[in-house]
Amino acid sequence: MKILVAVKRVIDYNVQVRVKEDGTGVVTDNVKMSTNPPDDNAVEEAVKIKESGKAKEIVAITIGEEKAQETVRKALAVGADRGILVKVDGVVEPLAVSKILQKIVDKEKPDLVFMGKQAIDDDCNQTGQMLAALLSWPQATFASKINVKESSLEVTREVDEGLETIEVNIPAIVTCDLRLNEPRYASLPNIMKAKKKPLEQINASDLGVDTKARIEQIKVEEPPKRKAGIKVANVSELVQKLKNEAKVI
Amino acid sequence: MSVLLIAEHNNKELRPFTYNAVSAASIIDEDLHILVLGNKSQSVAKSASEIPNVKKVIHVDNEIYENFIAENYTSAIIKHADTYSHIVCSANTFGKNLMPRIAALLDTSQVSDIIKVISADTFLRPIYAGNAFATVKSNDKKKCITIRPTSFEPAPATGGSAEIVKSDAGEAFQNSKFVKREEIKSDRPELGTARIVISGGRGMQNSENFKLISAIADKLNAAIGASRAAVDAGYITNDHQVGQTGKVVVPDLYIAVGISGAIQHLAGMKESKIIVAINKDGEAPIFSVADYGLEADLFEALPQFLEELNKLNTIQK
Repeated sequence: MKILVAVKRVIDYNVQVRVKEDGTGVVTDNVKMSTNPPDDNAVEEAVKIKESGKAKEIVAITIGEEKAQETVRKALAVGADRGILVKVDGVVEPLAVSKILQKIVDKEKPDLVFMGKQAIDDDCNQTGQMLAALLSWPQATFASKINVKESSLEVTREVDEGLETIEVNIPAIVTCDLRLNEPRYASLPNIMKAKKKPLEQINASDLGVDTKARIEQIKVEEPPKRKAGIKVANVSELVQKLKNEAKVI
Repeated sequence: MSVLLIAEHNNKELRPFTYNAVSAASIIDEDLHILVLGNKSQSVAKSASEIPNVKKVIHVDNEIYENFIAENYTSAIIKHADTYSHIVCSANTFGKNLMPRIAALLDTSQVSDIIKVISADTFLRPIYAGNAFATVKSNDKKKCITIRPTSFEPAPATGGSAEIVKSDAGEAFQNSKFVKREEIKSDRPELGTARIVISGGRGMQNSENFKLISAIADKLNAAIGASRAAVDAGYITNDHQVGQTGKVVVPDLYIAVGISGAIQHLAGMKESKIIVAINKDGEAPIFSVADYGLEADLFEALPQFLEELNKLNTIQK
């Protein structure tokens, strides 16, 4: 079995994001970038499946500017076998990303495609479902447990009401939740080894996918600030404030 | 222009967030139709027809819709998509799972999780865990949109009498199968719509200690929330998680107990009307969004809190 894992380079989850003064976006210069957190879970799960003997090859792919290959190198350092960078500049909407991934799936013919359930930059939560639609494959979104069977996956999904289990036939798309597993850290020797693993570069334009944005970003602004609050001295003051000032209890 | 809203329901009744989505959808355009895909779901179609803002209900009843599998829903929705300018649903796990599958087949770039309708093609949506708001304009002919339910008031449930039109099922998808659902039943209000939410974080230390939270929740008729740290640690189940990748809540009162206030948690609760933080670390970022901060050991503060609440006999339900 072959698993394709898609990873995205985003502003690190610990960074306090700042909006640009001219309203064109958020500040990314000199800001720490990392792999989108649930994408790390997707890589980890693929590696675990390979370690269990149920997968032979893991291909990590990212779509973005030249620097985005860092995320693929990181995936290679924790166990992916080879990487692909599809180069494209600027914002690529999930629809275009899924069309690019569709082209790569046609070429690589993986049995499974894994990725995070949502990217923490645009918070769209679309790509996996869109790719599944374009391929007419089943989708197992928000996965917190995956059981690999002979020709199917049993996937536990985190939904608003609790947990749901579905069975999807392979080939399938899985989008991963943060609770799926605990991603490992890359060891230094493995980081060195990863540098020697093959990383193919493809231009998005060569794939014949139109990546032009369909959604115009008119402006980006800071959310309204909350009024500064106060510290109360003790519980009885808190209860009095909630009752008499805020009038919420 | 007309809008098709995909109803979320449990085959008996509409799920509450469908009413919030109705409000947003009817701001986009008054010609609002609801599509109910279910199994033995006549009562759902009837409820939908009673919402005053709804002009027409399309009801498709077939066993393949029993468990709301997105792959089955999609073929039915695509069949009806032609006549609509907008296809919308709630941005909860139901809509997040479903809408991109529709959008991709319609070759539309979806607008996710809108919090405001500026015009029929322009919307406000949070990005970066709500640390920025983006105003976006969709240039696609047909628009696929998910609506953050807590940003819109629920539409009235009764008073309307829209016609209900029956329609045939779409093609069944053979490669996905529902196995089971583990729903956690609770007598408490739903987290997403509760007037008061009390949440516990890593500071709770174990699941046993969440009893301190539930005692207060019982007293205040509140829903119980949790930070991701508390869910990851196994103190409480995932359906309680508030945050960027959990639920977004906007109660009148949000009480954060033993929660440090990571950006990802704030994304799920910082629009709450009144925020209370109880934490022994005075430097915890949660205090920066709290209207009332109490720097205290939660194991002392929570029993005192319950005691003080018991003294009041005027708690609003």
